[in-house]
Amino acid sequence: MAADKFPVEASHIMMFARSVGDDNKIYYDEDYAKGTEPGSIIAPPTFAQASAQFDPNYFLRPKPGGDGWFGSGKEPTGVKKEAGSGGGGGGGGGGLHAEQHFVYHRHLKPGDVLTAETKPGKTWEKESKRAGKLMFSESVTEYRDQNGELVITATGVGVRTERPVDS
Amino acid sequence: MALKASDLNVGDTYSENLVEDLKRTQIVQYAGASGDYNPLHTDEIFTTKVAGYPTVFAHGMLTMGMTGAMLTNYVGDGRLTKYGVRFTNQVWPGDSLTGTATVESVEDGIARFTVETKNQDGTTVLSGYAEARVD
Repeated sequence: MAADKFPVEASHIMMFARSVGDDNKIYYDEDYAKGTEPGSIIAPPTFAQASAQFDPNYFLRPKPGGDGWFGSGKEPTGVKKEAGSGGGGGGGGGGLHAEQHFVYHRHLKPGDVLTAETKPGKTWEKESKRAGKLMFSESVTEYRDQNGELVITATGVGVRTERPVDS
Repeated sequence: MALKASDLNVGDTYSENLVEDLKRTQIVQYAGASGDYNPLHTDEIFTTKVAGYPTVFAHGMLTMGMTGAMLTNYVGDGRLTKYGVRFTNQVWPGDSLTGTATVESVEDGIARFTVETKNQDGTTVLSGYAEARVD
């Protein structure tokens, strides 16, 4: 995820915490949060992932008009499959998320305005019984705050599979 | 409340039930909050007819987020210094998950944990590690 401006906002933190079923008051109650060790509302540990909202080109968000979106409408997918493009298991374009790692230099709080810069990392392949050939690729995202300080380093690993994963 | 190094022993475990009978609506909720609208997670028609899965499934990051709530309840707010996971199996609507942290080491004010989340069948869906500052 790349973002020139990722403003960390209290209502976004509240919605994100709700979505992961976390009812800790430090994520939405400012008065309660003042009495905690951090002393203010903070973001839950995986919140940086929501920088996707601020990545102008994030490909897993339908764009206005919906052109090219691969989800269903009149047809099961909005994308015509290219001849000979292979199985494309695991997502018709999306791939699957294999790993995620965060290093916290400090925790995010409302009012922070971050930048996110993503660089490609390693790539590798593996054979699996459950999904055929697996193609892994790593990306490293550095989140910096309004003072240019590194606040979170996030390493994601995506995988494309030869066919859908057997469960 | 943060953990005290003197109270932690290698092998100590902490567990929480993360979710009972995961609902598709919660997956939708996570899509909206995170911004990840991959139709594999919310679009039954695309997921069954195009991608070839039996139904939609949760974002790995939803499982990581739910497991993160267990961790922060255990180590205290703002105490995590590292948290990383592998997604080892998919999480489906209807699943019930339990997350467990196990103390691996305590050194120089940092506790290191292994982290594992299993479904109702005992299958590991997430495995990883976390580090936290302890008193």
